[in-house]
Amino acid sequence: MSEILLQIDGREVEARKGMTILEAAQSAGIFIPTLCHHEKLEAYGACRICTVEVEARGRKNLVAACVYPVEQNLVVRTRSEKIDRIRKMILELLLAHAPDAFALQDLAKEYGADKDRFEKEASFCIHCGLCVRYCAEVKKKNAVGFVDRGTRREISFIPEIASKECWNCKECFPLCPTEALQAAFVLTKALFSP
Amino acid sequence: MPRINSATELEELRKGILSKRDPNKPCIAICAGTGCLALGNDRVISAFEEEVKKQTLEAKVDIRATGCHGFCEKGPNIIIYPEEICYIEVTPEDVPEIVSQTVLGKEVIDRLIYTDPNTGEKAAHQSEIPFYKNQMRHLIGNNSKIDPKSIDEYLALGGYSALSKSLFEMSPEQVLEEIKKANLRGRGGGGFPAGLKWETARNAPGEEKYVIVNGHEGEPGAFMDRALFTGNPHSVLEGLIIGAYAIGSHQGFIYTRHDSPQLRNNIAVALTQAEEYGLLGENILGSGFNFNVEVHLDIGIFVSGESSALMRSIEGKNPEPRPKYIRTSVSGIWEKPSNLNNVETWANVPQIINRGSEWYTSIGTERSKGTKLISLSGNIVNTGVVEVPFGTTLREIVYDIGGGIPNGKKLKAVHFGGPMGGSIPESLLDTPLDFDELAKLGAPIGAGGMFVLDEDTNMVDVTRFFLNFLTNESCGKCVPCREGIRQMLKIVTNISEGKGREGDIELLEEISEVAGAASLCALGKTASDPLLSTLRYFRDEYEANIKEKKCRA
Ligand SMILES: Cc1cc2nc3c(=O)[nH]c(=O)nc-3n(C[C@H](O)[C@H](O)[C@H](O)COP(=O)(O)O)c2cc1C
Ligand code: SF4
Ligand code: FES
Repeated sequence: MSEILLQIDGREVEARKGMTILEAAQSAGIFIPTLCHHEKLEAYGACRICTVEVEARGRKNLVAACVYPVEQNLVVRTRSEKIDRIRKMILELLLAHAPDAFALQDLAKEYGADKDRFEKEASFCIHCGLCVRYCAEVKKKNAVGFVDRGTRREISFIPEIASKECWNCKECFPLCPTEALQAAFVLTKALFSP
Repeated sequence: MPRINSATELEELRKGILSKRDPNKPCIAICAGTGCLALGNDRVISAFEEEVKKQTLEAKVDIRATGCHGFCEKGPNIIIYPEEICYIEVTPEDVPEIVSQTVLGKEVIDRLIYTDPNTGEKAAHQSEIPFYKNQMRHLIGNNSKIDPKSIDEYLALGGYSALSKSLFEMSPEQVLEEIKKANLRGRGGGGFPAGLKWETARNAPGEEKYVIVNGHEGEPGAFMDRALFTGNPHSVLEGLIIGAYAIGSHQGFIYTRHDSPQLRNNIAVALTQAEEYGLLGENILGSGFNFNVEVHLDIGIFVSGESSALMRSIEGKNPEPRPKYIRTSVSGIWEKPSNLNNVETWANVPQIINRGSEWYTSIGTERSKGTKLISLSGNIVNTGVVEVPFGTTLREIVYDIGGGIPNGKKLKAVHFGGPMGGSIPESLLDTPLDFDELAKLGAPIGAGGMFVLDEDTNMVDVTRFFLNFLTNESCGKCVPCREGIRQMLKIVTNISEGKGREGDIELLEEISEVAGAASLCALGKTASDPLLSTLRYFRDEYEANIKEKKCRA
């Protein structure tokens, strides 16, 4: 397997072809925050909290570490003023929907995100898609999916499938970064409201 | 239909078609484009058919229902050949008079010709009407000369000669070289050099490669791709087949609008006819080259026109953009090299092959070559589809072609590129139409929708309109775009309703920086462009709205 050498935050890191920046960083013990990433699932690239700066062939770019493939001699910076600004804003935008989500609290502290920056519109869902993708990719049931688009996008259980599959599974509940109860709530609503 | 098996047979067929035609035979070309149909042109078409029957003129007069002529403002439009007399705002009641007086009597009916509202001057012929005469109609001009459902009419205009030339006189490399030398740039928004994209797909590893027509045309206010594709489908198809030959692809896709039955139908007819003639399918024109095309209907959501979303849609999945760290020309549909170009980009190909890159590069500016289709709308006298060479100034488009601003109002700004574009003020109206010049000013051409805005327009409302559009038309997958647009719309709405607060502008700038830098696809990356351009040129309107707590404009 071909070895690739890259630099992350000034450190030489070895990686295999096909790895993402995030995987390379994790293998070297370098922390990059993530919200929508999960080792068992295909890379998704939706929350953008993992945004890092890369420099290749003289060009600088901001990319999502969880999907960007490693390249020979790539130079990666995981923190900078601009990256921190981006992460802070992403957190503030999400905190408007899920102000108490535990996954957001520590990061909010780290990046100085103000949970009251934007008017609350609590839906508790941050659209990470972990439940949707886990159900589709690992369980292969597709009992929960995204409906609608743009700002109206939300998760929804499909009653026909959910009524058969979900009560005995519930494996997606603990994946939820906001609170496990969120998925339960949406599920109950799908099954019991007309 | 006989199958054509060689270049010679194609030329013989063409000669046969032409020999059966009398160039002096009168032909009534009636626009059946979307605009004119909406104005009742189907009734005008039937009236002509009846009248010709009544006077038993079937053998002496041709009637042709065509694609959009361009001058939508004055529809229903008809053109009478061979004199090229244009009649505007035609009603079924005018028809008997037109047939006896003009078609047979060769006399112009004064009441039906164009009168310049400013000078009072009358113009009977297409070449005299300012709207047409100031254009360069290389692509759209053929619309009134052919019935889009007749491949023979396309052949009569020299159709498929570029394909024949490519297959028999040029190697794929030479075709590619010619497109590169012509510096053909993508017309779908980015202005990316088509030749370079083709080359990437050509050189990408893998046997199976795809070529695709992007006929989604989701930009609000853009209707020129539809006009061209509906009115002259073979010109796009011919370009696509030539591209496939250059790239080494044997499978093409046409991704087009689900909500335009006429467009769908014309494409379907074109594909069938091309296949019957052996211009599509196995062993095209006996050259040994195979190429097939499949049509896919779009999902009616703006982001499905984005390349990676479009390709997922063709795969039968949700049209959600993918991170494009590997280009779609290397890994696209089903991870195969996939070359996507816009309708208008493909339609440019046959003329480049026929007339050469040297001819092509003599038109336009230093870095933007050829002509560009523009959908002209908004506060403008002449709404319609316009084609001009790059380098034409915006002032010429607005005043010489567009006829200026209605109701004696002053021009305030022109907006290009829809929800991912920008507005530039009147003071910059002498800017030439050019990919790079306009991008520098913060109003990239985009697909070519040009909104003209008069002095009564509130620019904060323009921004609000586009942000509102995007809230329903993005896919909603990634945070900076979905949440960024949500918050920006809230703030802009507040400002426009007189509820703005100090600091709002700075907050808008902060959100737009993050959406621009961190979004997954170009929709989110450029969603704040209308905002940024209006802040650049019309910041005082935002400030006034906030300070005075009211709408100013
Ligand atoms: C949100 C979004 C919507 C788009 N919609 C269209 C469209 O409707 N038609 C089109 O040709 N290109 C559209 N594009 C551009 C395409 O992604 C792609 O760049 C283009 O089709 C390539 O063709 P070209 O190089 O010939 O312009 C869109 C891009 C984005 C980001
Ligand atoms: S930028 Fe917008 S349209 Fe593009 S992937 Fe993200 S949410 Fe979807
Ligand atoms: S973890 Fe990379 S985008 Fe969410």
